[in-house]
Amino acid sequence: MSIQTMTTLWAATLGTSLVAFLLKYSGHSVPERWLSHPKIQRINAFIPIALLSALVAVQSFSQKTQLMIDQRLVGLCVAIAALLLKAPFPVVVLSAAVSSAAVYNWL
Amino acid sequence: MSVSITVGAYGVAFGAAAVANGFTVLQSCLLSLLTFSGASQFAVIGVIGAGGSAISGIATASLLGVRNALYGVIMAPRLQVKGLKRVIAAQITIDESTGVALGQEQRGVDAMRKGFWYTGIGVFVFWNLFTLAGALGAQAMGDVRAFGLDSAVPAAFLGLVWPRLTGNFERTLAVGCALFAIAMTPILPAGLPIIATAFIAIAIGLKR
Repeated sequence: MSIQTMTTLWAATLGTSLVAFLLKYSGHSVPERWLSHPKIQRINAFIPIALLSALVAVQSFSQKTQLMIDQRLVGLCVAIAALLLKAPFPVVVLSAAVSSAAVYNWL
Repeated sequence: MSVSITVGAYGVAFGAAAVANGFTVLQSCLLSLLTFSGASQFAVIGVIGAGGSAISGIATASLLGVRNALYGVIMAPRLQVKGLKRVIAAQITIDESTGVALGQEQRGVDAMRKGFWYTGIGVFVFWNLFTLAGALGAQAMGDVRAFGLDSAVPAAFLGLVWPRLTGNFERTLAVGCALFAIAMTPILPAGLPIIATAFIAIAIGLKR
């Protein structure tokens, strides 16, 4: 692994951890009225939906900056089906992995 | 108990996904110990794994971590802790601990405190043990695609976002952001199409 990749990974690991803690600690330390504004609450509900949906899409259909369709599409469809059937989280992830692996290994 | 099993499964998925995205076992475990916030951890490994820079990864993870600050605001007046205890309380302020504590609201502040501490510490222990197991497992696998790990990661994100899609507005936002990120992928540097959707969320939140 190149030194540059290693630096990126360490910077991401430690940087994410530092900011995550500062965010948590700030919540316990700032006056309540700073963060209880309805607009902040609403934005806070929307951000995870936006980011997680974007992550689903990018992780399913891209390799670096290239779009592509491969075995992950099958995994995604199976995961959606599992969620529609109200399967619990472990079943969703496992069924996506198994179906995708099957396509990758045998097709 | 069912919380523990679910957390364990998330932990295994995270550890395996982190290694599949190029992180070492040590880095994967440090993320679970120090960041200790599932969605943020999945986000940083997802962005870096997709070729994004460290800054993009940290920014995406941190935007997802903002909700923990809001949980802290809710919990602080109930916990009334200072010094080292406040540091520990802050670290275990996550979806599960806050959720269980709020579920005990009618039974009084003592029950809330108990729910918060037991859940937070319990999840912390399970999450870290299972991250290690998942990371070691993935390391032993070699080609992660042969085990479907490349699909486990987006499925995990989908599992995280699904319960939040409570109405038509939320579903439209989700599909819109997914399409936007795909459309921007060939144009913007890796990682930015994801972060850009957070600004869509902020703009909509301010307007609505």
